[in-house]
Formats: sequence, structure tokens, C-alpha cells
Amino acid sequence: MRQLISIRVVAVAIGLFFALSVLWALVRGIGPGFSNLAEYGQFTEPNVEQAFHKHPNHYDFSFDGPVGNWDVGQLQRGLKVYDEVCSACHSLKFVAFRDLAELGLTPGQIKAFAAKHQVPGVDKNTGEATTVPGLPTDYFPSPYPNEIAARAANNNAVPPDLSLMTKARHDGTNYVVSLLTGYQKQPAELLKRFPEAKTPPGLHYNPYFANLNIAMPPPLHTDGQVTFDDGAPSDIKSMAEDVAAFLTWTAEPKLVKRRQTGWPVVIFLIFATGLAYMSKQQVWAAVKPKKAA
Amino acid sequence: MSFPWAKEYQPQHPLMRYMDEKLPLPRLVYNAVGAGYPVPRNLSYFWNFGVLAGFFLVFQIVTGVVLAMHYAANSTVAFSSIEHIMRDVNWGWLLRYAHANGASFFFIVVYIHIFRGFYYSSYKAPREMIWLLGVVIFLLMMATAFMGYVLPWGQMSYWGAKVITSLFGAIPLAGEAIEVWLLGGYAPDNASLNRFFSLHFLLPFVILGVVILHIWALHIPGSSNPTGVEVKDESDTVPFHPYYTAKDGFGLGVALVLFFILVFFLPNYLGHPDNYIEANPLSTPAHIVPEWYFWPFYAILRAFTQDIFFIPAKLMGVMAMFSAILMWFFLPWLDRSPVRSGHYRPLFRKFFWFGLIPTMALLFYCGGAPAEEPYVMLSQIATAYYFLHFLVVLPIVSMVEKPEPLPNSITEAVLGSDKTMVKGEAADPAV
Repeated sequence: MRQLISIRVVAVAIGLFFALSVLWALVRGIGPGFSNLAEYGQFTEPNVEQAFHKHPNHYDFSFDGPVGNWDVGQLQRGLKVYDEVCSACHSLKFVAFRDLAELGLTPGQIKAFAAKHQVPGVDKNTGEATTVPGLPTDYFPSPYPNEIAARAANNNAVPPDLSLMTKARHDGTNYVVSLLTGYQKQPAELLKRFPEAKTPPGLHYNPYFANLNIAMPPPLHTDGQVTFDDGAPSDIKSMAEDVAAFLTWTAEPKLVKRRQTGWPVVIFLIFATGLAYMSKQQVWAAVKPKKAA
Repeated sequence: MSFPWAKEYQPQHPLMRYMDEKLPLPRLVYNAVGAGYPVPRNLSYFWNFGVLAGFFLVFQIVTGVVLAMHYAANSTVAFSSIEHIMRDVNWGWLLRYAHANGASFFFIVVYIHIFRGFYYSSYKAPREMIWLLGVVIFLLMMATAFMGYVLPWGQMSYWGAKVITSLFGAIPLAGEAIEVWLLGGYAPDNASLNRFFSLHFLLPFVILGVVILHIWALHIPGSSNPTGVEVKDESDTVPFHPYYTAKDGFGLGVALVLFFILVFFLPNYLGHPDNYIEANPLSTPAHIVPEWYFWPFYAILRAFTQDIFFIPAKLMGVMAMFSAILMWFFLPWLDRSPVRSGHYRPLFRKFFWFGLIPTMALLFYCGGAPAEEPYVMLSQIATAYYFLHFLVVLPIVSMVEKPEPLPNSITEAVLGSDKTMVKGEAADPAV
């Protein structure tokens, strides 16, 4: 018993030590925190990102919601936008040409599409590294031979691979559209409040980009920049939506299959759980206290 | 073990009689989760979560072993081998999403299981050993989950590994050497990834072993129950099978419905987008956050922003974070109230619902938020109460509190004074 009392005494001492230590840290932080609150109306000193960064806008897509499906025409248009615009700087390394079958391309079309692209290969006669026309089993080639080349060509900013882009950002599909259509002049209010945050030369102001200044110049700059064979509109917003849809597919090619598999699984489990509930009720009926009449 | 009225295993079929003679495995199962294990008849749905935790452990082992057949634990290809699983392996996307969200569900059910233990003081004698083994399981789970999150080798994997191993660097004198030893280098790299994979494969089987001890220890005093009154006679219990197999079956169904809604419709909801960016030692993410189940302890770690005498703030945070879990080992001796269930402890109950639960919610919230005000101040208040609750409030409340009257028996608690159920009736499922 004496031992147990001393365990509790030690416990109280340790508890008070941690609690008082952390409260001391709290006391030291309260002053700066509340002086910020008095001055700026918030606990931290305002910074330009916090004040001017915008969350993505919402755009409607055919694959939204639990029963959404791909719009194959839109994915093909997005592929064309990627191929004619984005692929000049951005790789798509996790996507193979053969995957385009899911976009409704025939084997012949895939072969022709792959052959249009040069992929790294070996010269059959000399054994030297060279490029050869792509086959359906090849992956989309990178526009640069290595990271140093990518850096050198782009003002020291490496264009990221786009395969997973819509999963690698919060609200990724909407983010891509917002970013592509979000280029604008720096607001006068921003320059007034944060004169030191003027966009440096070589960068471009875009409020949807995390630090507001993006190295990529506006890639979609002219209505009709890409011509769609199906006659769909090719204004900047439509092209941005199409390529965002395409990049949603590249990031999660199994998206629609996943949900289509999910419905029967969940419905079956709800049914089975109902049966389990009824058998539980039946088993327990014998020992449940009878309700007072 | 067990109660004198526990049914004995009586094999009917000659093959089962032969088996019982040579290797009484069916008898073991019968006594563990069959009709041979009498269980209090008044268990609420909060008692489903042990079985659910066992289910998710096995689920994680099965999905994990299959994933390991396709994953490559090498820092140059780990990230793309995950994408290979997601794109090219048959049903690979389902395996991976089920495994990643299975970890989350494992933690959800285990947190509920632990807080059930807090409210009903399941840690009290004669069940201290079950509790101690449970805390060991929780610690092993955290280590396993942390190492599993490193394997995809995304940005959060890498920087999470860096932050967590750097905590050991706060240990005086030996810290830096320990950190290098843990990582196999000065920063996370192929050596770290390889050992994390090896341990991530090993530890679940260690957990399984400790779970077996946990259940073994449980079968000596038998399960606790919502009244906290011990089993007195046969009318207080029902056999585990069919009563609790049926009830657990229903509970498992509900859990699986919720789980598969998450897996099929929101598989990345609990994850972080940065982990779809390949690890880059030269680019630090703006906010490094661990997986959600570590948030309360991450908030405690970051709450200590001031040096205390000669102890640096970082070391204080590390000591507090580890103490926040290690102190659970001492609960059986800190809470001296003779009454187990929170139902009959008015003062304890107030501190539980208005102290501990909001504190945990606040710690969860702050742990996932950026390390800036007002989250730091909120986590400091919550951290202070967290330590006071377990180490000061609990011992003192249990000394000064006057518990409410307990029912005379479990049967009385269930049936009230109107005892329509005669003794022995409950034990026969055929009735």
C-alpha cells in the first residue's frame, strides 16, 4: 500500500511538471499572439500568401459524384491539349500509349499515335543511345533527357510530371482548371499592402498557385489554340476543363471502375448486415428482458 | 480459467473426437470464442471493438502480404512500384486502397476500444495484464503504421520519416548517433526504406502474438461489462457463441459497410495529396503532417515551445509525447476507485465527458493544423489538461469521489427487480 501511494505521488509530480511546462510556454506565447490579434485581427502576422491565395473554383465534370462516368470525347480532347501544349515541357511518365485504349482509341490509332512520338532507344547498328518511334507498350516520353536539362530550359524551375497531378493537389481537378485560367495582373491592393511581394521578372502572378508566383507562362493563352476534331468549343476555359479531365484520368485511371465495383459491394454488405441484425435479434430474443406491459 | 458453469467441449463426430485427443485445437476455439466461454449478458456495442480490431489486424496482414508481392523496397523505384500496383496489377488499386484505409479503420476501432477501457476502467484489477498488453499492442501498431507510411516514398513519407527519426536526435549525448543508426545514414535513403519495409512486414506478426496473449489474459477473469460488477452466477452470463458471435457479426457488418464506402468512394480522403509527389530530399513540404491517427500526439510534441531550465524545448516535446502513451501503463495503479464503471462515478464521469473527450478532440484538430497560432495555444491548453487528467485528476477523483450505488448483480442490472428470467435459462440458446 505504501508503495502504491508513492506511485500516485510521483504521478502527480510528473503530471504537474508537464502541465506547468506547457502552460509556461502558453504564457510566453500569449503576448505576441494577442498583440497580433489586436493589430491585425488574427493571431499571426498577415502574409501575402494567406491574404491573396485562392482555393480552386468549382467546375462540373461528368465523373463527379458516386455515379459519374468519363466523358470519352472530353478525355480525347484533353489528350490533344496535353499532346499539343503541355507535353512541350511536362512528362506523363506513368501513362503508356496502350492505356489510351480506355479513351476509346482503336489499336491502329494507338499504334499511329505512339509512332508519332520519339522515345529513348538504342541504335540497332551501332548500339548507341538514340530515339526511336514509340510502340504501344512505351510510356509517354519526357520532353527533357534529364532534370538538369529541364532546369536549364525553364529558368531553373523543373516542370513537374503530370501523371498524378490531380491527386497531388487539394481538389486537384478543379485546381488544374483554376490554375490554367487564373493568370492575371497582380492586384493593386496586394502591391499596396505587400510592396515587397511584387512578382519577380520571369515569374507570373496566379492566385491559385501556392506561393502566388508561378514560373510557367500561361500555357493556354488564345481561344482556339487547339483545334478539336469533334467541333467542341476550344475557348481557354473549355481547353482547361478538357485537359483537367484528361489528367484526372491519368492520375486515377480506375476511378470509374472503382465506383462501379463499389456499388454492388456496399449494397451486398448492407443486405448481409441486415441479415446479421435479424439473426442477432432472433438469437437474443430468448434472453432479452421482456418489456413491461 | 473461466466459470464453473462453462460448457465443456463434447465432440460428437469420431473424427473430432480423434482430433480432440491428438491436438485439441477445436477445444481451444470452443473455449475461446465458442459456447465454452461464458460472457456477461449485458455487454453494449462498445464491446464489439475488440473483435473488430482483431478483424482489421488480419485484414491488414492479408492485404499487406499480397501487396508485398508487387512492391519494390528500393528508393529508386518504390514510388513507381506503387503506381504499378495502382495501374497494372489486377485489382491492385483495390488492395492498396483497402490496405491504406484499413490502417485508418484499425486505428479508429482501436481508439474506441481504448476509450471504452478508459470510461469503464477496464484496466483495473483483475484485468491489469490485459491492459498492459493492450498498451504494448498500441505502441507496436504506431511503429508499424509509421513505417508503412514511409514505404510509398512520397513527399510525406520521406519528410515524416525525417521528422520522426529526428525526434530521437533530441536525446542528450547519444541522440545523433541513435538517429543515424535508426536511418542507416544521415538522412532517409535506401537503407532506411529497406529496414522500414523489413520491420513493417515483421511487426504485424509480433502484434498478432501479443494479441494472442491479450486474449489469453482476458479469458482468465473473463470480459468486463458496462456495470463493472463482476459475474456472480450463471444467470449473469451467456455463452459467447451464439450470442456474441451474432452480435459481433452485426457489428462487423456495419463496420465493413462504412469501411468499403471509404475505400470505393473516398479512398484518398484520409491521405495527404503531397504523398502523390515522389520523395525529394531538396524540397521540404510547406506543412509536414503525419497520418491523422498520430495527430493528438503530434500536437503534444509541438506544444512545448519553451526550454524548461536546462531542458531544450524539443526534448521536452519528445519526452511529453512518449510519456503521453507510456503513462497509460500506470493507470491500474493511479485510479484507485473500487468502482469500475463510469456509470456509477459521478465526478469521474464529468471529467471524462467534459475534460478528456474535448481535450482529445482539440489535440486531434491541432495536430493536423499548421504549427501557428492560434493552434499552438489551443494545443498547449489541451496538452496541459491531458497530463493533468491522467496523472492528477484521476488519482485525486478516485480518492474523494462518492460512487453511486451499484446493482447487486449483472442480472439485476439487466432485468431490474422483475426477475422474469429463471437461473440457467439464459445459458441455453435453444430456448
